Amino acid sequence: MWELRHRGGGGPGPGGEAAAPPREGEAAGGDHETESTSDKETDIDDRYGDLDSRTDSDIPEIPPSLDRTPEILKKALSGLSSRWKNWWIRGILTLTMISLFFLIIYMGSFMLMLLVLSIQVKCFHEIITIGYRVYHSYDLPWFRTLSWYFLLCVNYFFYGETVADYFATFVQREEQLQFLIRYHRFISFALYLAGFCMFVLSLVKKHYRLQFYMFAWTHVTLLITVTQSHLVIQNLFEGMIWFLVPISSVICNDIAAYIFGFFFGRTPLIKLSPKKTWEGFIGGFFSTVIFGFIAAYLLSKYQYFVCPVEYRSDVNSFVTECEPSELFQLQSYSLPPFLKAVLRRESVSMYPFQIHSIALSTFASLIGPFGGFFASGFKRAFKIKDFANTIPGHGGIMDRFDCQYLMATFVHVYITSFIRGPNPSKVLQQLLVLQPEQQLNIYKTLKTHLIEKGILQPTLKPECSGSRWSFIQVCAMFKLQTGPRKVLLTFPIEDE
Amino acid sequence: MTELRQRVAREPEAPPEDKESESEAKADGETASDSESRVEAATLPPSADDTPEVLNRALSNLSSRWKNWWVRGILTLAMIAFFFIIIYLGPMVLMMIVMCVQIKCFHEIITIGYNVYHSYDLPWFRTLSWYFLLCVNYFFYGETVTDYFFTLVQREEPLRILSKYHRFISFTLYLTGFCMFVLSLVKKHYRLQFYMFGWTHVTLLIVVTQSHLVIHNLFEGMIWFIVPISCVICNDIMAYMFGFFFGRTPLIKLSPKKTWEGFIGGFFATVVFGLLLSYVMSGYRCFVCPVEYNNDTNSFTVDCEPSGLFRLQEYNIPGMIQSIIGWKTVRMYPFQIHSIALSTFASLIGPFGGFFASGFKRAFKIKDFANTIPGHGGIMDRFDCQYLMATFVNVYIASFIRGPNPSKLVQQFLTLRPDQQLHIFNTLKSHLTDKGMLTAATEDK
Repeated sequence: MWELRHRGGGGPGPGGEAAAPPREGEAAGGDHETESTSDKETDIDDRYGDLDSRTDSDIPEIPPSLDRTPEILKKALSGLSSRWKNWWIRGILTLTMISLFFLIIYMGSFMLMLLVLSIQVKCFHEIITIGYRVYHSYDLPWFRTLSWYFLLCVNYFFYGETVADYFATFVQREEQLQFLIRYHRFISFALYLAGFCMFVLSLVKKHYRLQFYMFAWTHVTLLITVTQSHLVIQNLFEGMIWFLVPISSVICNDIAAYIFGFFFGRTPLIKLSPKKTWEGFIGGFFSTVIFGFIAAYLLSKYQYFVCPVEYRSDVNSFVTECEPSELFQLQSYSLPPFLKAVLRRESVSMYPFQIHSIALSTFASLIGPFGGFFASGFKRAFKIKDFANTIPGHGGIMDRFDCQYLMATFVHVYITSFIRGPNPSKVLQQLLVLQPEQQLNIYKTLKTHLIEKGILQPTLKPECSGSRWSFIQVCAMFKLQTGPRKVLLTFPIEDE
Repeated sequence: MTELRQRVAREPEAPPEDKESESEAKADGETASDSESRVEAATLPPSADDTPEVLNRALSNLSSRWKNWWVRGILTLAMIAFFFIIIYLGPMVLMMIVMCVQIKCFHEIITIGYNVYHSYDLPWFRTLSWYFLLCVNYFFYGETVTDYFFTLVQREEPLRILSKYHRFISFTLYLTGFCMFVLSLVKKHYRLQFYMFGWTHVTLLIVVTQSHLVIHNLFEGMIWFIVPISCVICNDIMAYMFGFFFGRTPLIKLSPKKTWEGFIGGFFATVVFGLLLSYVMSGYRCFVCPVEYNNDTNSFTVDCEPSGLFRLQEYNIPGMIQSIIGWKTVRMYPFQIHSIALSTFASLIGPFGGFFASGFKRAFKIKDFANTIPGHGGIMDRFDCQYLMATFVNVYIASFIRGPNPSKLVQQFLTLRPDQQLHIFNTLKSHLTDKGMLTAATEDK
């Protein structure tokens, strides 16, 4: 991603791009030319058949879009040389994006959800536009409508599955919403089917292959962008810290690896991205782990970041107030001997979450870059400099978020495997949907389990209003009970 | 699908048939240069005639048109007989068959991708496709096994750990494949590699997820597996017959041999067939009961008290039908009403899966997905309508028939934190008390 940033920045300047075609063009011209080369204009499908199997070098580049740098910046920096000017533009935009990020965090979880949704829509739009340009398929019948329709369907499905659980109390009140929730899967499936049938009915004789390509392109894009943005939102609901620390680790790894590569870079890392170096990679790894550690320490103190996001029906808004779980309570850890000698302390008090943050940072620095390499390979395959030109100096939204996607899925899988179990509100919602006999059975099973574990004290008849006086006496005794084990031993009448 | 079946049957034939298919292609707007590449494309898939020698000899004296009809007919009967045998053999064998069909479909579609892109020699790619298939299957089977084999899994220590961290392990396996893909990107072949990556993932999405939905349906009760599949097959055959005898108005440009008469005739015939079949099958426990794994005998059992769906009930016949049939009431299983919904879907929406596959074959200029079954084409050709059906049945069951799985809920409950457990317990208690299911008396029993 860094070297492509340079290429994007060096666009108006001298020859980053001029170097690229000769490098690719070294490839022997004819290794894949077996299709006929005549009469390609007669059938559109055939033309794209050739396009598919030709080598990368034969495919024309997609023309770059306009330069969107604001006039203000251009005037202010007109005096500097073009290399420094680009550096400054990129720096200013970076700071702008970071401050925007802080501002939205301040505004709360709902704004963050909206932000995630808008980023998802923009990423989807960018990737679909690339598909249109690659296949010259902007005029296919129905296709733009269908792509956005599928995006809407899949979003509806996911929002219904995940977010509806959190709004359970709100939903119970409204009748129509109850109907929508109960038959949610069926409604989503029917909507998707309608889109599928429209696609089949829209197949036009000469454009079959293109239409299938765009259909597949849309679905793969949906799989990448939409599912992962919903995982991000689920992480967010777990606690804003699970959203902030991973994203910051990835950003930090980006910046730190760039800086280390800039000052110490010598050994190339991977042929895909020639400007990445091993020094940058390793230096970025260590800085990210330390950064994650410190960021986790700072954020774990505040309930605002640490508590799961809940929707309170009385206030009609999201609140983050709770008793922080043990993960976010300071604990003493005794240091291993060599660290003891270095730091000259017996033990250190840390949040357990900081240990998890090491795992998250490690993933962000070691595996996260593969998302960046994937996007680089994608851009080289389709001969584009950047996904779009939304952010001056940086490229499109996808360019900024390509490493984040793998991270979001990892954090979600990490949380569900190691931190918490299933979502309690979802379990409750499913319980309430069961048949009454099943509910009764489950109730009895749960009760036994809870009593065994000592979470629930066995109770007698409510209000202890039995006519047998012995009950009343014993009830009085039990109002002072200290623990279930004592109950079971000393009161044999309780035979639950 | 029907007209492509006929095109294939006539392919090794004399020039008259060839001209017909070529004129059909000309109707598509292709030109001479295109038919050249079409011929080229037609030689790509394996074109060996797989008809067994036995059949060839036995039918050698008939005319070629009837010979193909007979070949196709015999194979149809053979496949149906095979279906009955494996139903008899039980759920375990059915699961194996579904898995084999899934792998074969995946293989067929991936092979088409290789042929289209001439990418059979891409570094690593064959390995990576099969590796991704393995990962996704591991993920889905793990989820299924954890739900249905819960007690078995809890007993065995290694299985317990595998199931506890199942998602993490599956994700790690997938990531390894992803990183291998990125590391395998080669300078001259970026675009091809991304195409094959995309192709593999779309294929996995279509083939693997839906075969697992089929298995979920199977566990719900074999009738939920057999009735939908039979309805789709019946719709195919009936639409063909009606089209053959009465067909006049073309249905859709994609498949010129399909007709409205065949479509509507097939619809009514399938609904009637579904009603009859569900009546016959609802009487037997082995079809109607959910498949369960018995810990003691270490095998699958289908033994239960049939639910309300599968018990005969009296229904009042509406006035107009009363006068025709002369009965006041009829005894039916409630399941038969559901079977009307399933048959309707199979005949109205199921064919769209077939049109999709036809469009796909035309887009990539192939006659059939493969040549596995003589006279019929590949496995995908037979199963293209089934896929939408499997998803529909699963969504239907989840929405209308049963709720969530109670044992799975208990299992999830046990992993929650104590305060969450208490909260859920209290909410459930107040809910049950409100409904009157739970009174002070029952509470203390």
